[in-house]
This record gives sequence, structure tokens and C-alpha cells, in this order.
Amino acid sequence: MLTLTNVLRTFGGVKAVDDATFTVEKGEVHGLIGPNGAGKTTLLNLISGLMPPTSGSIALEGKRVDRLPPQKIAALGISRTYQNIRLFAGLSAVDNVVVGQHLRRQSPFLPRLLLLPKARLEEQAARKAAFDGLARVGLRERALTPASSLSYGEQRRVEIARALAAGPKLLLLDEPTAGMNPPEAAEVARLVREVAREGRSVLLVEHNVRLVMELCDRITVLNFGKVIARGTPAEIGKDPAVIAAYLGDGA
Amino acid sequence: MGQQILNGIFVGSIYALFAVGYTLVFGVLDILNLAHQAVFMLSAFVALALVENAHLSIWLALPLAIIAGGLMGIVLERLAFRPLRGRAGSNISGLISSLAMATVFEAIALQLFGPDTSRFPQGTFPDRMIQFGSASASLLQVCIAGISVAMMAVLTFLLAKTRLGRSIRAVAESPRAARILGIDVDKVIMLSFFLSSALAGAAGVLFGLAFNSISQDVGRSVELKGLAVIILGGMGSVPGAVIAGFAIGLVEVFTVAYIGSSYRDAVSFAVLFVVLVARPSGLLGQVAVREA
Amino acid sequence: MEDFYLAYQSLIAFVGINALLALSVYATLSCGQLSLANAGFMAIGAYTGALITLHAPQVPFGLVLFISAILPSIIAVPLGLPVLRLRGVFLAIATIGFGEVVRLAFVNWDFTNGALGLVAIPQRTQPWILWLMVAVVIFVLARLRGSRTGYALEAIREDETAARTMGIETTRYKMAMLALGAAIAGLAGALEAHFTFIVSPAGYGFGRVVDMLVQAVVGGTAMLFGPVLGAAFLTLLPEILREIGARIGLAPGPFRLFLNGVILLVVILYLPEGIISLPQRLRRRKKAA
Repeated sequence: MLTLTNVLRTFGGVKAVDDATFTVEKGEVHGLIGPNGAGKTTLLNLISGLMPPTSGSIALEGKRVDRLPPQKIAALGISRTYQNIRLFAGLSAVDNVVVGQHLRRQSPFLPRLLLLPKARLEEQAARKAAFDGLARVGLRERALTPASSLSYGEQRRVEIARALAAGPKLLLLDEPTAGMNPPEAAEVARLVREVAREGRSVLLVEHNVRLVMELCDRITVLNFGKVIARGTPAEIGKDPAVIAAYLGDGA
Repeated sequence: MGQQILNGIFVGSIYALFAVGYTLVFGVLDILNLAHQAVFMLSAFVALALVENAHLSIWLALPLAIIAGGLMGIVLERLAFRPLRGRAGSNISGLISSLAMATVFEAIALQLFGPDTSRFPQGTFPDRMIQFGSASASLLQVCIAGISVAMMAVLTFLLAKTRLGRSIRAVAESPRAARILGIDVDKVIMLSFFLSSALAGAAGVLFGLAFNSISQDVGRSVELKGLAVIILGGMGSVPGAVIAGFAIGLVEVFTVAYIGSSYRDAVSFAVLFVVLVARPSGLLGQVAVREA
Repeated sequence: MEDFYLAYQSLIAFVGINALLALSVYATLSCGQLSLANAGFMAIGAYTGALITLHAPQVPFGLVLFISAILPSIIAVPLGLPVLRLRGVFLAIATIGFGEVVRLAFVNWDFTNGALGLVAIPQRTQPWILWLMVAVVIFVLARLRGSRTGYALEAIREDETAARTMGIETTRYKMAMLALGAAIAGLAGALEAHFTFIVSPAGYGFGRVVDMLVQAVVGGTAMLFGPVLGAAFLTLLPEILREIGARIGLAPGPFRLFLNGVILLVVILYLPEGIISLPQRLRRRKKAA
């Protein structure tokens, strides 16, 4: 599904991502872990098109995406959430999710102008789908709340619902359980499993290593921008390089 | 040719003086102060009143008007900008609240001095010409250019070498970081406004002397030209504003001399446009100009 | 009695024209772009309409208005391409520059009579035409809400980068709204030209576009009705102040100007979401109490 080959990204003289090569298979939950500053978020930014790699290639289903603008990459089927949560603060939860549906909605402008029922039906369908999307993350009752009034954990879940609204082939999750209590985090894990069963791929950046070990099919470990290990959770757990890097705490 | 250069330097020095204050506030607050031109205008009137009514010499009226300008800046900051600090979308709000204050200042000027164009009384400034080779300039022009340059030099020194200057630059870089470093951000912003408006006031008085005409709308046209200057110089850059001010002054004078006076104002906007399209950060600007 | 009606009819018409102008600014504000080019677009529309009417009077007014709206929106495209990439205040300044360039172009163009402008334009604008146009514009803008486009615009306003990662072609939408705003401004310009008999470059300067912006913001941009309310408020306010001033015996000019400034300051400081947010605010205040 997703193939990174020798991806390099420098800032000034610093190599934020250094010769990264790995793949994410279809329907796989792939973990991306590493200490702080390892380059995980930079990698997500590269994949989603917020910045181009200095060199190397990124391909989705065989097609090169690394020089494309973010909106084209999204159109090809990649959605994401953000480490710092980038919800549309002035919009309600459900409106945020409706925005996420952008790629799937029609834009029947003439029927809209002519007040044809087709337009209203389309709008209603979009909103209903958005409510359903919120229900899926357990937030249907909070649908009309302004996003800025939601709790941290709720905001993260709305972001996931928003990212799913486009029906992506590949979902990039940047620390989706940060700030969540264990039951909430477990819910997110369950949702990720479900999403993968639908045939979508998930690339999961997380600090909660235990969650990653339980949830992910395979894991790539970064440190100082370099891939230091790749493999199943069992393999990673035994890899001395990984253990040396940081697995010692909080595992 | 030499004469044109002299004229260009002379006009440019006033533009530069105006723009320097403009860009200073932008650098510190990330806000365009649309009342800058009103301070410019009102200070000219203050000087006029001091000369005409209080019979003070221009050499006393000028510094007093400059201080008056600085005080206007403090009023501006307290009334129109401070309440907006921390608000989202404060850029547009700042634009509008400074505009509101500009309107208030204009109303005050209108009330105190009437709608007609005023001028400094005869004999305010000694009438003498100085020769520079084949070109000549009036003593007034030389003094104006000299005073402008001196004030800009003082500001540059202040920003580079004094603690206040360092604080201003720190706040311009990041108010949050500055606060963490123990800088009294509120005071720094207030002082920046004082300096900026004092310079605007100086520019206003000098402009009034130079072109011998003072009225409520004297600020408007200079304001737009000032925009071109700070864009060319680079938003937030004081040295940039100085260079750009002189550059535009010279370009204007040469345009009038060799192409035609109707193109004089168009030139500033052409420059503005070209810079924003080709090199938005201007000559020396550091501010991020493109969308993230 | 007739004089009274005539005097106020003129004022009401200006409310309508200013409402259109405020809505034209709203169009770009709705996707987070502060474009101050609309005085320039208004001028283009005004001159276009006036020139057609003066040189080809047989052209029906509807067509004149249509062309006066389309031409500025076409010109908006080459303007937008380089300029929409610029951040916030830089976009504002670039568009201010554009407006000035347009004004200066008209001042220096002999065909349009330079600084004197065009005169003796027949008064083809009737109140019903004007208010029909206002209704049409409000209708079109209202239909955008709830649509895929409307949501996209709000997303762009809130967080353009995040919007892009959802597949929203942000530049295309910003351009569309710039062109739409230009069309509305051009329309307003033509309507005004055919109401006031004259077209003069002085009326399309920086001060004009600032008026439009102030009316949109003071009215409030959360609802479409806001800019209209703002236009009404700020068009009628000077007249009301003038009446009051005359009664108290104050010199009209300075007092009106002063109050204008103070009211604007008060609104922007204490009612940042505009006058339309007032009922909501009062309700919230009561709830808290």
C-alpha cells in the first residue's frame, strides 16, 4: 500500500529523517515508534504532503506521491490526524466531520441555486453520515458542541472521525491516545482494529508502547531520523537496538 | 541630475522617517497601525499651533511636537491595541481599531484647526540656499534630511546597543519567549509605540515644513506610500525601511523628472506589487510572508 | 413631504449599495482572506457600466449590470494567482496596492476623462432593481452555506493547512471567492454610477474599501445579514449624528467624525463579532447572571 524508499529530509544541516525505508501493507496496522524527536511526525508530514522530502520517494499503491500537494495526496486516499490536534475550533464536532467528507461529497451548485430537493437531500445525507461517524467514535451526543469546548480526548476522537469521513485507504494517526485514560485509549485501539478489518491501512505514531505492541501487526522504530528496526512486535521487543534506544521505560 | 538626487534624498528621508515607525510597530505586534498617519498629521498641527499661537521657535516646537506624537502613540496603544491582545483574529480588529483612532484624531484636528489647509507662518525657518556643486538645496531641505537621518541613526543605535532595544527585538521575535526571559512585554510594547509615534510626529512636522501645507488628509497619501516603503524594505526591518524610504524617494523624483508627474504615485504601487509577487520578504525582511 | 421622501430614498439607496459592498468584502472574509481590492473592482464595474450606457445607450440595463459584474471578476483571476499565496496582512496590502493602481489608472486615462470622471449618467438604477440585486446576492451567498463549498470555505478560514490535507483545493476556493467578491463589488459600482449620475476616481480610493470592511465587520460576519446590518448602521449613523449635532448646535464635521470613530472603537473592542452578535451576547449575559 505505502512504500517509503530512502526518504531523506533535512532542515538546515539537521537530518530529521535519514534514509527511511519501509512499507505498510493493505489492511495492516503499522506502528511507528521512537523516542521524542526521532522524526515520526516529520515522516507523517512528508507522507501527507505538508513538505517534500529532500530526496527519496514515497509511493501509494505504486504511484509516486512525494512531490504532490497535500490536497492531491488526500484525494488519492490518505487521511491524517495531528499530534497537536487541528480541529476547526470554531465549528461544532459534527461540522468538523462534515468537512472531512469533502472528497466524497457532490457539489451540485445549480440544483442548490434552484432550490431543488436534490441539494437538500445531499446535505442531509452528508450530515447524517457525519453523525454516524461521530457515533462510531462514541461522541454522537456531543455532535453540536463547538470543537473548542470538547475535552482533549474527545477532540482526538473527533479528529479520527473526521479523518475517517473521507473513506481513506491509508489513515495516519499521530499520537491519537495522548492524554487519554486507559478505557478511552482501549476504545481507540478497538476502533483502529475495526478500521483495519475494513481493508484500510493504518500508520500509527504512538508513545504508548504497550498499546502499539498489542495493536500493531508490524512496527518500524525510528531513532534520530533513522530506521533502527522493523518487524513484528515480538521481534521488536527482543531487538537490542530498540531496547537500547528506549524500550527500557514505560514498556 | 545631481539636483534630482538631492531632491530624492530629501523626499526619501521623510518617507524613511515615516516608514521606520510604521515597520517598528509591525515588527513588534504583527499589526499594521493605521493611525500612524494620523499621528503624523496631528503632530504637524501641534507644531504649527506652538509656532503660531505660543510663538515658540521651530527649534523648540519640533521636539515638543515629537514628544506629543509619542504620547499620542501611548494613548493609541492603551485604547486601541492593548485590549485586543490575545484575541484571535486580532489582525483585522487591530486594523479597524487603529482606524477608529485615526478617525478620532482627524476629528480633533478638524475641530481645533478647521478644514482649510494651514501653513507655517513666514519666517518660521530661515530662507537660505546652499550649493552642492551644480545642485542647490534650501537650508530647510538640508536640515530636514539631516534631522531625519539623525533620528533614524538614534533609533538604530537604540535597537542595536541598548537594553531596551534588545528587549524590543526579543518581543518582536516572540512575546512569549520574551516574557519567560523576564522582559516586561507590556512596557516594551508601550515604549515601542512611543518611539514609533514620536518618529511619525517628527516626520509630520518636517513634512509640514517641507511642503508648507498641513491638513487632515495629509496623512492618507503618505500612509499608502509608507506601505510601499515598508514592504520594499521588509516588514519589521528598520534598516530596510530606511533604505527603502530613500530608494522610493529617489525613484519618485526621477520618475517625475524623466517620465511625467502623473506617474509619481503609480511608481510606489508598482514597486509594492512587484516586491510582493517576486520577493515578498522585501530587501531585509524576516517575517514569514507566505501561507504556512 | 415629497422632499422628505426623496431625501430619504437616496439614503436608503446608499444603504443598499453599501450593503452590496459589505457583502463583497464578506465573500473573501468567509474563507479567511482579507482582500481590500474591492474598491478597485467597484471602480472597474462603475466605469464599465457608465461607459456602456454613455456610448451604447440601447443596451438593456440588465446586460450592462451583468457585464459590469463579470469584467471585474475576470480581472480578479490574474490578480489572485500571485497574491492569494500571501499571508494575512500581506494579502491585504497587496490588494490595497491593486486598488490604488486601478484608481490611478482611471485618473490618468483620457478615455475615462481622467480625474474629472464621467458625468450625466442617466439614472437607470431604480430602488426595486437595487434591492432585487441585494436579495439575489444574499440568496446566492446563503445557498453556499451547508453545501460542500460552504464547509470548505469555513475550513479554509479556520485552518487552511488542515483543510488541504482533507482534499480541499484551497487556492481554487479562495480564487472563486475573490472573483465572486469582485463581481458583487463591480455590480455595486455600476448600480451606484447609475444612481448618482457621476463616476469619479476619488470615490474609489483606500477610504472606500476601508468603509466596506468596517461595515462588514461591525455588522458581523457570522451571519449573512450582518454586513447588511453594518451597512445600514454605518450609512445611517452619520445622518443621525448630523441631525443630533445640528440640534445641539455643534459644527457638523468634527463632531460626526469623532463619534464615528468612537462608536467604531467601542464596537470593535466590545462587540468583536459585530452587532448581530448582540442578542446572543445579552442572552449569555443573562444566563450567567
